[in-house]
Amino acid sequence: MTRRETVSVAMVAVALAILACLPFLVDGYLLSLAVGIAMYTVLATSWALFSGPTHYISLATAAFYGLGAYVVAAGVDVIPYAVLLGLAGIAGGVVAALVGLATLRLSGVYFVIFTLGLAELVRQIVTWVQNNLTGSRGMYVLTEITERMIFWELLALAAAVYLIGWLVTRSRLGFALRIIGNDEVVAAHVGINSAASKLALFVISGTFAGTVGAVMAPRFTYIEPSIAFSPELSFQVVIMALLGGVHRLWGPLVGVIPFTILWEVIAGRFPTQTVLLLGIAFLLIVYLIPNGVVGRIESAIKLAGRSVKHG
Amino acid sequence: MDILITGVLLGATYSLIAMGLTLQYGVARIMNLANGEMLVAGAFGAFWVFTTQKLSPFTSVAFVAPGAFVLNWLIYRFLLRPLVRRAKNRGMLEVDSILATFGMAFAFVGIMLLVFGGEYFTYSYLDEPVAIFGSPFGLNRVVACLVSVALCGLLYLGLNATRTGMALRAVAVDPAAAGLVAIDVPRMSTFAFALGGAVTAVGGIVLSTFLTMDASIGIVFTMKALIIVIMGGVGDVRGAIIASLILGLAETAVASLIDPGLTLAAAYLLFLLVLLFRPEGLFGRRQS
Repeated sequence: MTRRETVSVAMVAVALAILACLPFLVDGYLLSLAVGIAMYTVLATSWALFSGPTHYISLATAAFYGLGAYVVAAGVDVIPYAVLLGLAGIAGGVVAALVGLATLRLSGVYFVIFTLGLAELVRQIVTWVQNNLTGSRGMYVLTEITERMIFWELLALAAAVYLIGWLVTRSRLGFALRIIGNDEVVAAHVGINSAASKLALFVISGTFAGTVGAVMAPRFTYIEPSIAFSPELSFQVVIMALLGGVHRLWGPLVGVIPFTILWEVIAGRFPTQTVLLLGIAFLLIVYLIPNGVVGRIESAIKLAGRSVKHG
Repeated sequence: MDILITGVLLGATYSLIAMGLTLQYGVARIMNLANGEMLVAGAFGAFWVFTTQKLSPFTSVAFVAPGAFVLNWLIYRFLLRPLVRRAKNRGMLEVDSILATFGMAFAFVGIMLLVFGGEYFTYSYLDEPVAIFGSPFGLNRVVACLVSVALCGLLYLGLNATRTGMALRAVAVDPAAAGLVAIDVPRMSTFAFALGGAVTAVGGIVLSTFLTMDASIGIVFTMKALIIVIMGGVGDVRGAIIASLILGLAETAVASLIDPGLTLAAAYLLFLLVLLFRPEGLFGRRQS
């Protein structure tokens, strides 16, 4: 570990410790906003772990998230909550592994198509199982868990995502993924097992999304397929990650904070036009800031440095 | 036997949608995730004509097809061509076009929710039975199938017997080489994209005569169209038609034997089989 890295790790630890005190200072509306930001931070960062270096766009976050929420809803009365969190993560990871095994050895298009409808597919299956086995569509999740505890759980998950992300970037696996993202043929020629590397990262990303769904489940109280598998979630995660920038570990965070706050305002003011506005926001990001805010800032710094040297 | 006929009737209608996407993805090289929304928009057109003007839903082709053509032309010209120019290779274009059309899909859903509201819409047109081999089938499904077959035949003829069709096929095979033999590739791509959009919207009209839809159902049709195109082999019209029939049969079998709510699962199962055994498509050539 270099000195610079030690300093950054210490700074992140301090920042997390300060954030952990937040629920003692604020509650109500601000706390729920903080929960939203923490949730999207975990989802967007874990999404970018996979999709950032490889350029394989996953549109399936909602599928893992909803699955995680359903694991909790189905088992909340019989199994301890902590075990359910683990099970939800495993469920997300297993589904990600199955999808990855089927598609990741082929080109990226197949993967995108498969993930595009995945949330809808899981929703159909869950609905079918419920109709035929349990008889009712909705489920109640009644626990003692408060908003504060959800925030702490999400914060812990965020710390885990950053830790894993940091370790992956430093490892051979992270290096392999960057090569795959630049040129898959080159990657294959230098002896990288590209399918296995992609699969590993996708499973990590799916595990996190599943766990987040399980963490958020007590907040819903009532869970129904159309709530748990909302396609807008996958979409928002992609938007936020792209807005911030996916080639840096902390990039998605830069997108999540402003977007979540902005979205609170917009969704409150124009509740019927949210889908349209989401689409427009997405198009603006894709066309105007393809490398995200972080990419913009970095190229600006580079440009400034160059002009100083010349001048 | 019932499943077989219903499946073929449905599959023939799907082939129209698949043709639209084949033109957009095979020729213009745009993986259009907003394809299903264009279909729903066409269906809304038919719904409007039938309920407010008391005319046959097929008369809406008169304004839906040109409207969709112009709209898709504009989309390609002003939204997608910058991406084609920006992309350094085909992979980058794929990523960019996927993101852009995914954004468009949401924007379209939003617009349709604003204009038409979130309710399911359906109308009953030619809802009377006809007997085929002694079993009754909805006349609307039979008519939809015949219209689709006619339009597919027309498109097939257009692609194989006209100069423009030949140019389109050349671009599908190799855009760079097509440019060398004096084919205006950007113009042909724009034309293919616009035509594909128009065909998809007409497919929506046809489907709306017997299916219930709502503003946000487009993604399901996008999925189905994508699965058909991959199964048939990208850019392969004949493969797409056969794949549509297979999908129609599989869906009908699942809907009538297990549960109508699981049709997407049937489509996914087929997709999975294709991915595992023939990722290059039914008639595609294996890449060396």
